[in-house]
Amino acid sequence: MNPEFLLSAIIFVPTIGALLLALLFDSKNSEAMRLFAMATTLVTFGLTLMLWGDFQEGTSGIQFEVAKQWIPTWNVYYRLGVDGISLPLVLLTGLVSALAMGASWSITKHVKGYLVLFLMLESGMMGVFLSLDFFLFYVFWEVMLLPMYFLIGVWGGPRKEYAAIKFFLYTLAGSVLMLVAMLMFYFNAPEPGGRFNLIYLADAASKGGLLSPSLQITAFVMLFIGFAIKLPAFPVHTWLPDAHVEAPTPISMILAGVLLKMGGYGIIRIAFPLCPYGAQYWAWTMVAIGVISIIYGAFAALAQTDFKRLVAYSSVSHMGYVLLGLAVWKVNEANGQSIGMDYWQMGLNGAMFQMIAHGISSAGMFFMVGVIYDRVHHRDLNRFGGLMGKMPLYSGLSAGLFFAGLGLPGLCGFIGEVFVVLSTWNFSWVLAIVAASGVILTAGYILWAMQRVYLGAEYRGPHPEDLTPMNMRETSIAVTLLALAIVFGIFPAILFNIMEPSITSMSKAAESGYQQSAAQVTQLQAQR
Amino acid sequence: MLFTDLINSLITDTTQSIPRFGVELCLSATIVLMLLMRLSGLDRLIPACLTATVGALVATFLAYKQFDALHAKDAVVTTHIFTGLLVHDSFTVFFRGFLALFLLLTVALTSLTGIPDEEDSPDFYSLLFGATIGMMLMASANNLLMLFIGVEMTSVPSYAMVGFLKGRKVSSEAALKYVVYGAGAAGVMLYGISLVGGVLGTTDMSLLSQRLAEAAAGGSGGLKDPEVRTVALGTMLVMVGLAFKLSLVPFHFWCPDAFEGASAEVAGFLSVASKAGAFGLLVRFCLALSGAKGTESLMISFGLGLGFIACITTTFGNLAAYTQTNLKRLLAYSTIAHAGYMVMAVAALLVLKNSPQAATLTENINQSIEGLLYYLVVYLFMNLGAFAVIAIARNYTFSEEVDSFKGLISQSPTLCIVMLICMFSLVGMPPFGGFVGKLFIFASAFKAGEVHGFMYVVVAFGALNTVFSLVYYIRVLRTMFLEARPADARPVPVRLVSWESAFVVTLAVFVLLLGVLPHMMSQTANDAAQAIAQLPNP
Repeated sequence: MNPEFLLSAIIFVPTIGALLLALLFDSKNSEAMRLFAMATTLVTFGLTLMLWGDFQEGTSGIQFEVAKQWIPTWNVYYRLGVDGISLPLVLLTGLVSALAMGASWSITKHVKGYLVLFLMLESGMMGVFLSLDFFLFYVFWEVMLLPMYFLIGVWGGPRKEYAAIKFFLYTLAGSVLMLVAMLMFYFNAPEPGGRFNLIYLADAASKGGLLSPSLQITAFVMLFIGFAIKLPAFPVHTWLPDAHVEAPTPISMILAGVLLKMGGYGIIRIAFPLCPYGAQYWAWTMVAIGVISIIYGAFAALAQTDFKRLVAYSSVSHMGYVLLGLAVWKVNEANGQSIGMDYWQMGLNGAMFQMIAHGISSAGMFFMVGVIYDRVHHRDLNRFGGLMGKMPLYSGLSAGLFFAGLGLPGLCGFIGEVFVVLSTWNFSWVLAIVAASGVILTAGYILWAMQRVYLGAEYRGPHPEDLTPMNMRETSIAVTLLALAIVFGIFPAILFNIMEPSITSMSKAAESGYQQSAAQVTQLQAQR
Repeated sequence: MLFTDLINSLITDTTQSIPRFGVELCLSATIVLMLLMRLSGLDRLIPACLTATVGALVATFLAYKQFDALHAKDAVVTTHIFTGLLVHDSFTVFFRGFLALFLLLTVALTSLTGIPDEEDSPDFYSLLFGATIGMMLMASANNLLMLFIGVEMTSVPSYAMVGFLKGRKVSSEAALKYVVYGAGAAGVMLYGISLVGGVLGTTDMSLLSQRLAEAAAGGSGGLKDPEVRTVALGTMLVMVGLAFKLSLVPFHFWCPDAFEGASAEVAGFLSVASKAGAFGLLVRFCLALSGAKGTESLMISFGLGLGFIACITTTFGNLAAYTQTNLKRLLAYSTIAHAGYMVMAVAALLVLKNSPQAATLTENINQSIEGLLYYLVVYLFMNLGAFAVIAIARNYTFSEEVDSFKGLISQSPTLCIVMLICMFSLVGMPPFGGFVGKLFIFASAFKAGEVHGFMYVVVAFGALNTVFSLVYYIRVLRTMFLEARPADARPVPVRLVSWESAFVVTLAVFVLLLGVLPHMMSQTANDAAQAIAQLPNP
């Protein structure tokens, strides 16, 4: 297949599936609709794998770029493409969506509406990772909100309405800031043709020709807040525990597995390349926020008695590593040279790896919580116990996935954390020690939770008779996730080979952009 | 000049003007026809709504032909018709087409919901058509007198339409409030017109800026100059009259009451059409006074003043909508808020047009008008869609309260999904048209920020209000989608294959199309904007 066409297909196959589902199927025949939706997500995942097959590893630039005029009067293009930064996330989206669809058999209310919204959500997520036009990116970014609101609001738990509106308001507030930043770039782009072109804008910024240093500082804050809400970073993370706890299991998997990554992706794709001076200016703040998120999220997880809330706070903690890895860019302000550029690149690689690893381990953890919740209908950590005896396969797979989240060497969580913490040492050894100590806390809450749920003499909660073994569908989802966690833990190079060239060139462009802007600042000061 | 010459030139002028006035004449002919048919009893055979539909259809077609004719020429064509009382250019024709289309849709909606019963429908449609002609005059006025006549011709039928549901106390009360408030505003505006016309010695709007420059010459050009001061006062008073029509804070008090009292169809018509006419007029009036040498900074202050009012209006409208339980009242406050967003575009226009760099900003000036026009078009579809859903559901539930929509998704999914599309478009979410309109307006206001920093504050308010507005729109959607339908609620069995569904779905499709393929409408709006923004300035 023509790779350019492939990109559009990846985005719109789920939409077409949703349309067919809405128009052709009888809403009473839920099994057929589920199978059709499952097939759609599998086809989409297959298409992303084909994209990986066509992708040239070892090159840094954008591949398969598609550009069609969309709104000529405003220089908006339908511009798609992938590089080493977006490809792993596209693959992750395809995978997690298919697995989450597999977990959707537990949804029995209004199945048709659920599946249609689910597929629309997948289109939106793919669109975000594949678009290279700021306007298009923004459209997809917002398009996701609508299905998500209803998926939480209709199919969620007891406090679903509160959680849904909170999620919506937080994200909308962030994206409105992003919209204003978008206008700043629009009116400051040197050439009208590239006003929304993210690649062109990044190129202009690396030559110091986009925003003045002071504007960069403002624009970066606006972008960063928008992305930090999605990430989520302390103190704008409060929507996440609510949304996760109330959302149905498959939607929690999507939220943790894909949606949170958009925050990190936005920072590395838009905020850093377009405002390198701003990024450097706020580096210390970001590193501090990252470290606070790690520690705060871990402590909050320790205090939870709700199993799902614990996993939700662990996401806050783990995504803190992502922010930390992205932000550890140290420069010598006297001459504008980066100090330990290799370490920053290592941090960036670690952050990207952590995003994928967390996508796998947290989706797995949420799935495992969902499996037990479907059986006994409660999530109180103090009323479990002894599951290892009753459901040995389930408990074994869960243990593997929780260890992946913990960061046990040999599993995927370890690589990202180690890379990030090592690169932080270059930035500030104090913060590196604090961040590393987060690992101990992580081990604390995960081991403690495992002890309360899986170990012990007997099950202490209600409905003990319902503790039946996992069925084939559940087992295959869990096995897939655990297998990937092991594969990425042992062969991290699979991902690093894809990511490294793009990340290296991004960091070099950011460095030169910073130097140009810093030179402008020095010049201005000299004039005064 | 001999008397015969005068007569001859008038005859040529009129004969040349009449074809360009075809749309309005067609509407007038329809009014006369409907009334005559009523006299002769023909309306028993052919219902008035049919006559009205045909009339509106022909008018839409004529407007389209006019636009096509203007579009075919490369150069921007501006013709003054009726001895310069009206102006015929792409901008005029854009509004004619817009209003004729909207009239057609409103007539279609009223014949679907049957709000004027057969007995009253010739009266109702005469009022509707009369108001539309008034709005078209507003958008094409080139003379201060026509400005006033247009506003009045729109207002008087509107008062009657608000009170059209005879025997309902709320309705009569609403009409009375509207009349009293409207009369006051008209008086103030007329006084403003007399001040402007008196000082500048002309009521021809195409001469205003030239005369203003002459008046300002030699003086400081600011408020210290008594002539300029009087003109500024007059301008302010005229703007008060227009602000009343646009329901801008603090001249908005009539709006919620009038909307609550009127039927949903009339409220939908007033919320879009009378605003559109008033915006056409506001743009013309602002441009007529712009660009005069010596008064640029004064006009920029006017622009910033409008920006300030826009901020207050959107914030007030959105916050006041929070506590509403009646859907029409809620949408009335939302209308106020949206008028605020649109005024931001006019504010940006004034600031950009009067800035010292105006010559290099032509593209941005066009874009500010383009944004306004685009927003109006989207607003037509999304707001009419929302009001249409209310009107259709009301025919089954006899209620317009938010609570009467509880759990409607289980009975009429089509209505609910259309409402969802319209409301998310009103919030300004992609991929719906409201987002594109909002982005265009924010972009021009942002650009105006380079001229004066206050416009950045305006953008910030606009952005903030987007978040505010989500809460009350989503409250309605939550009621419709997430709550259960009470057992004692009256059923709303609107099926997918029915005229009602076809109507609302058409509107929703346009909302979506305007968001996904904005290019065609944006180009058309840009052409209309060029026609008006590039008038030669002294």
